[in-house]
Amino acid sequence: MSAHAEEHFAGSNKLFVSIWIWLVVLTAIEVFLAYKPMSVVLMLTILMGLSIIKAALIVAYFMHLKFERLSLILTIVPMLVVCICLLFVFFPDSFRAAGMRYQFKEPPPVTTTEEH
Amino acid sequence: MSTEARAVHFPAADWDGGVHPYRVGHRKLGMWLFIVSDSLTFSALLMGYAYLRASNVWPTPFPFNPSILFATLMTFCLLSSSLTMVFGVSASSRGDKAKARKWILATIFFGVAFLVLHLYEWNHLIHDGLRPFSLPADWVTAFTSTDGRPPSPLFGATFFTITGLHMFHVFTGAIYLSVVAARVNKLKHEDVEISGLYWHFVDLVWMFVFPLIYILSVDVGGHLAK
Repeated sequence: MSAHAEEHFAGSNKLFVSIWIWLVVLTAIEVFLAYKPMSVVLMLTILMGLSIIKAALIVAYFMHLKFERLSLILTIVPMLVVCICLLFVFFPDSFRAAGMRYQFKEPPPVTTTEEH
Repeated sequence: MSTEARAVHFPAADWDGGVHPYRVGHRKLGMWLFIVSDSLTFSALLMGYAYLRASNVWPTPFPFNPSILFATLMTFCLLSSSLTMVFGVSASSRGDKAKARKWILATIFFGVAFLVLHLYEWNHLIHDGLRPFSLPADWVTAFTSTDGRPPSPLFGATFFTITGLHMFHVFTGAIYLSVVAARVNKLKHEDVEISGLYWHFVDLVWMFVFPLIYILSVDVGGHLAK
């Protein structure tokens, strides 16, 4: 087992700093986009694309998965992606529910505080 | 040693026992499996938030200062803490325990900075009147749709649940790293690396919480200022 303990942690500090710079730049782009007028769907698509890139950078380099065995990557990643995609099954119901709400004209609950 | 040599020649022997098929220890594999299950927890919460948002009139109340400014600073803190953590793990792999401890303490510092900023921002929203199941009165008037449908009162429920669970992860991560920093001389390198996996995961979750909760809730039209 001593061979395992000696196993080096691949990746230089220079590499990690460049990954960090990429992550900060992508975050800055997200904040910039927040103030650009565009449709919610387009904004959501761009933001999720950027977030997936950021997540991939973190998993691959910071969490070191790029340097692990392929068998470990194949065990962890695909099933997670499939499970998350399965959650999209709820959206048709969400869109259906949008048409069913607001049938009653009750005022919504409002926080009452002493200041107001 | 003989099993290792056999594994090299016949990959199928990986699964015959006596070797680590993934070339990681069982503790590290355990942390990876925990991370997978925790990812599904956060995915389900974010999906629930998306479900509610898609089927309701949803308020977009966040001003640049303090909400977006603070959330961006918090993102910066978490990203920097990930960098210091990876430096710590790197130092630990070279056997430099003192440097590893120093970097882990820097990681804890950024984590605590994140918590302080987040609690300040929570406090600001609670002071404005945001509650799990009700909105501040001025949000309701500002975000009622043109055909008279009021905004969903569940904004606070999704906001406090998702950011609160994430905050709890940062909090437990800071405690976990404190223990690792205190015991770094006794721990094996792999144990330090495992604590790093957890910390990077907390950072990774925020990469989805930040755009979905904050960026998509920016008050672009300045409805609240009117």
